[in-house]
Amino acid sequence: MLNLLRGRKLDQQIIVLILFILIFLSFAVFLPGFISAGNILTLVRSVSVLGILGLGMAIVVIGRGIDLSMIATLAVPAAWVMTLAGAGYPPVLAILAGLAFAIATGVLNGVLVAYAEIPALFATLAVGIGIAGIGQSGLFEYDIVAWPPALDSISWIGRGVILGIPYSILAFLAAALVVHIFLKKTRMGFFIYALGDNLLAARITGVRVRPIIILQYVMASVIALFAGLVLAASSANMDTRIFNLTWIYDVILVVVLGGIGLSGGRGGVWNVIIGTLLIGTIINGMTIMNVSFEGQNLVRGMVLLAALMTDSILNPRNEETAKQGDI
Amino acid sequence: MSQTLKKLRYKYWPDHIFGEILQKPWMETAVPLIVLIFTIVFFSAQIDNFISANNLSDNFRQAAELGFVVLGISLVLIVGGIDLSVASIFALCNLLVLYCMHVWQMPLIGAVSVTLLLGAALGAINGILIGYFRMRAFLTTMVTLIVFKAIHDLLNVKVAVAISSNFPDSPAWDRMGYGAILSIPTVVWAFGILAIFTHIFLTRLRYGWWLLAVGGNRRSAYNTGLPVNRIVALSYVASGVLTAASAIFYAARLASPGADTGKGLEITVLTAAILGGIRLGGGKGSVMKAILGTLIILLITNGLLRMATPAGTSRIILATILLLAATLDIRWFKNRHKAVQELYVSPALLELPGLSKDATSPDSDYAPNERLHDVEIIGLGQVEAPEDVVLDEDDNLYCGSRHGDIIRFFAPDYKRHEVYARIGGQPLGMTFDAEYNLYVCVGGMGLYRVTRDRKVELVTDETNRHFLSIIDDSRLRLADDLDILPDGRILFSEATVRYEMHEWPTDALEGRGNGRIIMYDPKQNKTTTVLRNLIFPNGIVVASDKQSILFAESWNCTIKRYWFEGPKKGKVEMVIPNLPGYPDNINRASDGNYWLAIMGMRSQVFDLSMRKPGFRRRMSKQLPGDEWLAPNINIGCIVKFNEAGEILDVLWDRQGINHPMITSMREHKGYLYIGGITNNRIGRLKLDDADETYVSSGKYHVG
Repeated sequence: MLNLLRGRKLDQQIIVLILFILIFLSFAVFLPGFISAGNILTLVRSVSVLGILGLGMAIVVIGRGIDLSMIATLAVPAAWVMTLAGAGYPPVLAILAGLAFAIATGVLNGVLVAYAEIPALFATLAVGIGIAGIGQSGLFEYDIVAWPPALDSISWIGRGVILGIPYSILAFLAAALVVHIFLKKTRMGFFIYALGDNLLAARITGVRVRPIIILQYVMASVIALFAGLVLAASSANMDTRIFNLTWIYDVILVVVLGGIGLSGGRGGVWNVIIGTLLIGTIINGMTIMNVSFEGQNLVRGMVLLAALMTDSILNPRNEETAKQGDI
Repeated sequence: MSQTLKKLRYKYWPDHIFGEILQKPWMETAVPLIVLIFTIVFFSAQIDNFISANNLSDNFRQAAELGFVVLGISLVLIVGGIDLSVASIFALCNLLVLYCMHVWQMPLIGAVSVTLLLGAALGAINGILIGYFRMRAFLTTMVTLIVFKAIHDLLNVKVAVAISSNFPDSPAWDRMGYGAILSIPTVVWAFGILAIFTHIFLTRLRYGWWLLAVGGNRRSAYNTGLPVNRIVALSYVASGVLTAASAIFYAARLASPGADTGKGLEITVLTAAILGGIRLGGGKGSVMKAILGTLIILLITNGLLRMATPAGTSRIILATILLLAATLDIRWFKNRHKAVQELYVSPALLELPGLSKDATSPDSDYAPNERLHDVEIIGLGQVEAPEDVVLDEDDNLYCGSRHGDIIRFFAPDYKRHEVYARIGGQPLGMTFDAEYNLYVCVGGMGLYRVTRDRKVELVTDETNRHFLSIIDDSRLRLADDLDILPDGRILFSEATVRYEMHEWPTDALEGRGNGRIIMYDPKQNKTTTVLRNLIFPNGIVVASDKQSILFAESWNCTIKRYWFEGPKKGKVEMVIPNLPGYPDNINRASDGNYWLAIMGMRSQVFDLSMRKPGFRRRMSKQLPGDEWLAPNINIGCIVKFNEAGEILDVLWDRQGINHPMITSMREHKGYLYIGGITNNRIGRLKLDDADETYVSSGKYHVG
């Protein structure tokens, strides 16, 4: 631990890591039943979908964007896959159709941001509203789509357990590995960092930034579909009304709390994992303490505020280097 | 026939106003306005009574409520931040004002002030965190959104029953919610007054400009010494207060402590602001945009609701409209200047009479000679761009320079020089008044005066605006030459109101009457435009009757005479209709005649192109600016003429060595002093049989 800290700046990632360890330790000491293996698994499982969404959001945020349509993309294509499979289409076809839907959403987001140059915040917000609208207009018979027996062949991604570890945790880890390799080992991943850091410089050096912006939104959408299938498999249904914004705020918080700056070009998969664990620990601890939903929100908000404030005091913004339009 | 049509078309069709309208800052608001009009037209075609008084009053009531919040978030957006917490602030304030009125039975003033204070306090939390702790606006307000919402939810379950079971006895409170003054709802009045104040604040007051400055460029604002942290923090306070105001009206109307109060409000107001054209990232925005955005979003949502559109379809329609409007607005914002560039240059038809004789033939009035070949050179390499020259009573020589100074050469040998005064803009025409104060026309700045103790003073930099003008023609863009009347009034020319000084070739390409003659009256300190629509009016000199002036119109190649008083007041007469070149300054000669500088010779090609406006328009649209035709400014020539328009004498520098072009000349005690805006020297020429006591500036008026 100290080795990890030595020689590193006290940045947000480290602060959140320390915060996570402190909270984890104090819960372990003061909360009976927190440290048991069963509870730890519950903790991770409860946030694994949030973590998977965080991975998709991380790609977009590193490329200096934001994707507010992820919850809609989580719900609607996944529910469509289930509806199609339930209607008798072969599972492979149903999944391909859902994938096509998700990719189309990502391309739409990307085109609006990269070519129409609409601020990502606004473009993805509107696309999210539109996707939710499509979900509501006759695509599904009921708002809550049940997991069809035809898809039971893949239901293990949300339900199965291997060596005592639930598959949804493994799904999170697998997604984390894939995203990590993409970001750190491939040229495209490197370009995402480049354009997130300085879009104009990346463009001048010959990176074709617009297709890459589209790519990052497509990846986010596909990851959202994956998260949706994991969620649906684990709860055996998909509520298409979950299009609400508090959840997307959680996803953004996971990403940013872990240390991926909204100004882009910084951070990686580790940051998402740390952010997810912190949120998961807080939620889990408070659930054990039987704190009400509103109380949980309040405490969570205060913790986050404290983390953000510590970061801005330790790494104050420099007026000379602050980027215009950072919000 | 077609020639007549062409003449009529170029005389009456106002080509130039399209570019000028497009250039106005309020054209940025064009797209939201068009979207609003389309929305109204669409829904009134689809829904009966969409425009009925009842529905309108209802819509306006809601729009005004929403408008408070949109205005608040707009201020934050203008500073370059974002405020997502408005939804929770709204809910908390709604709860507080209801509790104050219903449960505590507080007087209205008390309840309203407490609630506004709560809004300010909640906004201040955001403001301190973002302004002083420099936290990221998006994240911070997102977290405070969650925190405030949690506080609201915790409180709401405790107080909701108490609120619903008590009712306030306050007619004023009811009037806030349902009342109307002159059949316009109270809330609309309140919002209207606030909107007008905010508009004045943002466009006319210093603190409003500070907001725009911080949003436009935070770093520059910081470096100019603005209290950036405080401005940012206060913008969130303003947003909190405005949200509280909205919540008060909402509470008065519905009296509902619902758990879902304000849910999704942050998205609605953000959408409204962006639809209105307020940019994320700061520095751009206006009250009008906020209002337009509010109306659009409200009419669309209410219209879809009244058409009984299924929730899913209406979401799809809303998203599509939002994306289309945003795309259109962003494209418009990005490409407007290109459209302006293409449309702004609007050539006019200018038919110069043909040259009667070859100007270079020995028997023409303008037969070339070499009389300027042997001028005495003053200040070679020491002056740059002496557009005009003038001499004082001690024979010291003054000229302007490209660097914005007035240089003085000392008599008698003009070997020594000093900077007489620093102006800051390029000095053009100059003259002394009877007390030897130096009056200077400064390009881009206006009319200035250098007093005898070398103090530089502004005389005038604005004139009355023409009621039909689209570009602001009250500012002086290119004051060019001047003369002073015996009673102290000053007449000066402004070459063009459409272009800056360095853009004079574009004005020449237009050949339009963009210039004017302006009179400054020192007794009343009043500046009035006396003559408009002149084609690059340049040199000006008071004629012998002291009731008229002679002035040169450069691109029109004419000298005209204008009576500003006396029996012929207001009349303009032609003096020389057809000069072979482009006239510049005019000054008096000792024998009662006039000297005229010619800065360049006409060419057949340019004359032809002036008769073909369509050709020049194509050129200006299809070619880059440095490949456009421009008039020749390439010759040194001075002409002496009389008031009857006869050419009496011509002086040429045919080889163009000393004076490749001449913009001014001044006779002083038997010598002619010569300046040119592209020259690096001043020429001096001994005149034969000239009056050796004659001076053309300063004391000449008296006597």
